[in-house]
Amino acid sequence: MNVPNNLFYAKTHEWARKEGNKVYVGITDHAQHEITDIVHVELPEVGKEFSKEQPCAVVESVKSAFDIYCPVSGKVVEVNEELLSAPELINQSPYEKGYFFVLEVANEEDFKSLLNDEDYKKIIEG
Amino acid sequence: MNNNKTLNEIKSNRNEEKIVECDVALNANIDDKYKRKSVPNIPNISENSLLRHYTNLSRKNYALSTTMYPLGSCTMKHNPLVNEKIAKFDGFSSVHPYQDEETMQGSLEVMYELQKGLSEISGMDYFTFQPAAGAHGEYTGLLIIAKYFKSRNEKRTKIIVPDSAHGTNPASAALAGFEIISVKSDEHGIVSPENLKQVLNSDVAAMMMTVPNTLGVFEKNIKEITKLMHDNGSLMYYDGANLNAVMGILRPADIGFDVMHINLHKTFSTPHGGGGPGSGPVGVKAFLKEFLPSPFVVKEEGTFKFHFNDKEKSIGQMKAFYGNFPVILKACAYIKALGADGLTEASKQAVVNANYILSKLKDKVKIPAGNCCMHEFAMSLKGALGDGIRTLDVAKRLLDNGYYAPTIYFPLIVEEAMMIEPTETESKQTLDEFVETLINIFEESKTNPEAVHNAPVNTSVKRLNEVEAARHPILHW
Repeated sequence: MNVPNNLFYAKTHEWARKEGNKVYVGITDHAQHEITDIVHVELPEVGKEFSKEQPCAVVESVKSAFDIYCPVSGKVVEVNEELLSAPELINQSPYEKGYFFVLEVANEEDFKSLLNDEDYKKIIEG
Repeated sequence: MNNNKTLNEIKSNRNEEKIVECDVALNANIDDKYKRKSVPNIPNISENSLLRHYTNLSRKNYALSTTMYPLGSCTMKHNPLVNEKIAKFDGFSSVHPYQDEETMQGSLEVMYELQKGLSEISGMDYFTFQPAAGAHGEYTGLLIIAKYFKSRNEKRTKIIVPDSAHGTNPASAALAGFEIISVKSDEHGIVSPENLKQVLNSDVAAMMMTVPNTLGVFEKNIKEITKLMHDNGSLMYYDGANLNAVMGILRPADIGFDVMHINLHKTFSTPHGGGGPGSGPVGVKAFLKEFLPSPFVVKEEGTFKFHFNDKEKSIGQMKAFYGNFPVILKACAYIKALGADGLTEASKQAVVNANYILSKLKDKVKIPAGNCCMHEFAMSLKGALGDGIRTLDVAKRLLDNGYYAPTIYFPLIVEEAMMIEPTETESKQTLDEFVETLINIFEESKTNPEAVHNAPVNTSVKRLNEVEAARHPILHW
């Protein structure tokens, strides 16, 4: 399972990638594999604010629907609208083309409780 | 011969433009402007084509009348045929909802008797029969809870739902305007008071629980949970989906529930799905009576009457009249036929049957609930199958073997879940054959994974591309 070492991970299988004071958010390769083929995505509205661990998006596969939780608190500044017509991008490219949205981070401290790649690997392998 | 055409695709030799003149004198004064000028746009099919169409469709069905239907969390028990006969009695089937009360005392009595029966079974004081099925019942119950707090000028905006709950619970709560808080199950698959305390505050209106829960486990902390909630000023909602495990044994009202729904099409043997419609009566304790939808039946001096709640206080009408009457009738017939002892025996047998299957499978698969269950259980097929074979493939292979596929990938807290609920109406022989089939498929997934991966092959359509169907649906009509 692909777990890049430049990302932060939540126990609920979301990743966060810092770029300045912005952060890209998506779900992990492990998550997309477990969810199986994604057929529909509900993304948050730009401008909406979320606190850490709040449900912020929904993905639906032929298996079921799953809530996606915000890994850090912040305001949504951009959503990946391509996912609406091509949700399969999440399966094909979970860390690049399949990102969900970009947040403006409210509290840098939030990153401290996220996992690094090694610790996340332990969770999915355990 | 192609039997897959829709009604609009079947051609007939009938003259499409011909309208048969009515040769009976009609005593109806219909203005010319309302009379039809052209033939209606409906399928033009001869009677024998139509008959073949529906007969062929019915032959493609997996139905309770053709096969075991171990659909976890859905209680697919036998629908006694005598109930269908009773529902067709003229005295019931010819009644019109606008008739005067005194001309349909028999139908009102049936509703009154079912209210009484459900009250005795659940401990709730009053019932409405309006909700059309379970989720509609949940929504009705939540509107009642919202109205109750409004009447007390309390602002409570949140509903607690365990992570093992049916998806309809949070969906109904959201539709009723609440925010949802999910509470995690503990290592035994049940709600722990400690986890609950962490999310409990003065914003919480109610908690929705299914007892036994969707893992088939009894929530043994339930009394402590209902006390915690009531001390907090919150109410308890009982999702009746699993009532078939505890009929005559445990009454939800006695363990602290205030509002509940019952799925007549599960617990009380009325048909599901296309054979329905469903029915999801909602029961409440006396202090919530005034919020119920109107009308419900009361008995005054030996006469049955409709009771109407104050319009300002009631949540209003949830469905026309008083619900799906033939379903109410069938459920009433079932309760009267079994009686208190029979209903209790049915629940006990449902639990025995589920445990029998569990005991035969427990060495082959992981069962999060442990070595015993209530009327159903969830198992994880992870690690029990050949490389690359998933629970979905096993479900499809069961179709090849003539079984309706059980619920899979639910509850969400169990990886590669499959959920089995045999119900009380299956024999030991049927259960043995089912278990043998399932174990054979587990073996086959290792010795011949291709066969399992390509299933089903014995059905009228082969493995469907569900992903493509969801992403790019093509509809025929």
